[in-house]
Amino acid sequence: MTNAISVSGLHKSFGRTRALDGLDLTVATGEVHGFLGPNGAGKSTTIRVLLGLLRADAGQVRLLDGDPWRDAVSLHRRLAYVPGDVTLWPTLSGGEVIDLLGRLRGGLDQKRRAELLERFDLDPTKRGRAYSKGNRQKVALVAALASDVELLILDEPTSGLDPLMEEVFRECIVDERRAGRTVLLSSHILAEVEALCDRVSIIRNGRTVESGSLAELRHLRRTALSAELAGDPDGLADLPGVHDLSIEGNRVRCEVDTAHLDAVLAVLGKAGVRGLTSQPPTLEELFLRHYDDAPRTAEQPASAGAVR
Amino acid sequence: MNGSLTGAGALARFGFRRDRIMLPLWLYLLAATVLGTAWSFQQLYRTPAQIAAFAAGITGNAAVISITGPAYDLTSLGSLVMWRVGTWAGAFTGLMSLLLVLRHTRAEEEAGRLELVGSTVVGRHAALTAGLVIAGAANVLIGAVNAVGLIAFGLPVVGSLALGLSMCLTGWVFAALAALAAQLTESAGAARGLAASVLGVAFLLRAAGDAGATGGLGWLSWISPLGWGPRLRPFADERWWVLAIPLLATLVLTVGAYALISRRDFGAGLLASRPGPAVAARSLASPLALAWRLHRGALIGWTTGFAVFGAVIGNLAPSIAGMLRSSPQTATIMARLGGQGGLTDLFLSAMFGLFGLVSSAYAVQATLRLRTEESGQRTEPLLATGVGRIRWAASHVVLALAGTAVLLLAAGLTAGLVEGAHDGTVGHTLGRVLTAALVQVPAAWVLAGVGVLLFGVLPRFAVASWAAVVIVVLLGELGSTLRLPQAVLDVSPFTHVPKLPGGAVTGTQMVGLVTVIIVAAVLTVVGLVGFRRRDIDTQ
Repeated sequence: MTNAISVSGLHKSFGRTRALDGLDLTVATGEVHGFLGPNGAGKSTTIRVLLGLLRADAGQVRLLDGDPWRDAVSLHRRLAYVPGDVTLWPTLSGGEVIDLLGRLRGGLDQKRRAELLERFDLDPTKRGRAYSKGNRQKVALVAALASDVELLILDEPTSGLDPLMEEVFRECIVDERRAGRTVLLSSHILAEVEALCDRVSIIRNGRTVESGSLAELRHLRRTALSAELAGDPDGLADLPGVHDLSIEGNRVRCEVDTAHLDAVLAVLGKAGVRGLTSQPPTLEELFLRHYDDAPRTAEQPASAGAVR
Repeated sequence: MNGSLTGAGALARFGFRRDRIMLPLWLYLLAATVLGTAWSFQQLYRTPAQIAAFAAGITGNAAVISITGPAYDLTSLGSLVMWRVGTWAGAFTGLMSLLLVLRHTRAEEEAGRLELVGSTVVGRHAALTAGLVIAGAANVLIGAVNAVGLIAFGLPVVGSLALGLSMCLTGWVFAALAALAAQLTESAGAARGLAASVLGVAFLLRAAGDAGATGGLGWLSWISPLGWGPRLRPFADERWWVLAIPLLATLVLTVGAYALISRRDFGAGLLASRPGPAVAARSLASPLALAWRLHRGALIGWTTGFAVFGAVIGNLAPSIAGMLRSSPQTATIMARLGGQGGLTDLFLSAMFGLFGLVSSAYAVQATLRLRTEESGQRTEPLLATGVGRIRWAASHVVLALAGTAVLLLAAGLTAGLVEGAHDGTVGHTLGRVLTAALVQVPAAWVLAGVGVLLFGVLPRFAVASWAAVVIVVLLGELGSTLRLPQAVLDVSPFTHVPKLPGGAVTGTQMVGLVTVIIVAAVLTVVGLVGFRRRDIDTQ
């Protein structure tokens, strides 16, 4: 399997602000890759380097076996991009923008264009200035999805779409994967990534903190347990991997690292279990833990971390 | 209406801060025009006899009066100043006012910034009120500065106040008109077009009314807001009741604007925008085709303006000689301005010098489209397709350069045809006048080149290209009057443009012209290369 995108040790600074600080990203051909991170983590900057709009300060960047800066024009004919904040020309209609972008990419599938307009319920005759944010997003999405390309680079493509349209978008991405296209999907809508992506890269402060398939990232997860016991759970507090333990009478609540679940269940079993609920962790929690439990950066109040 | 004005004061203060460069520039321009004219008339016509000789050229010359407006008291210097610049100063005050109001109302709303502001503690009518307050205050300031300046030159106090008031109230009318236009359309561009068209029609009505006053067309001037200022008759037995007309018009238009804003949705206009095509025309398939769509409206507007003024100049040229000859001093002044031949040629070459300077403003405006597209985040989606950077940037540069040439061509064409039609010598005149227009093109291209250079190398300072336009205009209009050293004058590319028509182009002038073309080309190429090497900057 070859890689559609491979980035290693990417650095990019704007003046004194360090936007990317040694970022790594590998997207295999044919996969849908989730690119997760909070606002300001460097997702859009990475994408703009991949598109040759920004020049990397240091690091290796390969896109579809080319150099995104040097080979920009030839590479761009093989990909479609949807920016996070779509702005349109005020006097051009949505249909005109879709056709223009498609033609500049080297062609548009007319049948697919019509079908997508239908699915997204988009009026192509409105002028650019008359569209809402969600509808501007739809214009860019239709233009990208109706193009015959190998790679889709989507920067938070569902921001501004209503839940119904998010669902349509998901169906479209499933279709794209089936058609063998590679998708890089930056997002902070976790349910979307969980539902769509084969693999995920999580970035924070311009660095990749985790990368792997959803299964591989499972070791990071915790399971939330709530048990009603017959006796005292002796030694539970001393076990490794137990967090946020609270004992009220014979009710026990805690979060357990998945790797240590065994030992915890043994202790509970010894005390006699009358009732037990466990909640599987969502990607949401995984995400929160990466960005909220990590040490605070200098500009944020130090107390926020200490209080926890 | 409760609390609908909350926050207007804060918005107005913020607006003044945003305009802290633009407003003083307008004030300077409008004061320099009026006071500069008063000063030079004082120098030129010291005795009643000199004034009378000068005035003799005006009376009954419909062509002149259609351009400048009526002259009421030919023995009073103040009245002559009002005749010479009063109408134009009023028109420019109106232009400033409508631009100001739209900039703070519909443009903000269209850009979505007003929504952000509107969600804070700001009332529904606050932005409109702030825009009107800013424009209203700017006009009071302009009127006051001019009145005080004229009094300082020793002109009668009452007349000076009347002239200041005429400018201020003309500005108010167009500020209120713009406030109304801002409620009608969704786009600031369309509102600007609408308000500016009314200004243009007002000018034409007044021109027709003034020129045809003896033929019973005088009423046309009375229905034009630009006709009211002169009819106040500053320095010529002022008719104060005329002030009631602009005041009433301002009031009616303002009330109309407030009534409309209460009836419409945020972001919407009362004139619904027409739907566009669902499918793009076959031709819309290249960056150049897109750039043409984006430039075409402005280019058509500018070209129309140049063609109209070209026709006016061509119409004026044959009679100007007689008018100037009646005043030997003016003729001397005109000669000092650097012409080579007859008075008509002098006049034409001065006018085409002016056309050249104005076309450089278009050149810069069109070039800076590059930057507005980039910072408006509309460039990235294009560059993420199979369009190279140079190809994209060149599409706008080509239209800026070609557009500049089209403007001057249009002015030269209409001026040549109209002048030639006077005495049936089109074949001879047209070529001469066209050449005079086209020699300006390379110099204007240098300004476009400055724009491309800044865009490519220092994108965040691209807007500073306007400073280059201001410098070139000041050097061109005031340089020889102030007797600046040649080395300073040589900075402006327009200094190297041969003064045509009249005289043959010398070898040295040819070298100068070619040098100007090379400079424009080098600036443009360096800018484009710089753009290819830098990051796309959407800040």
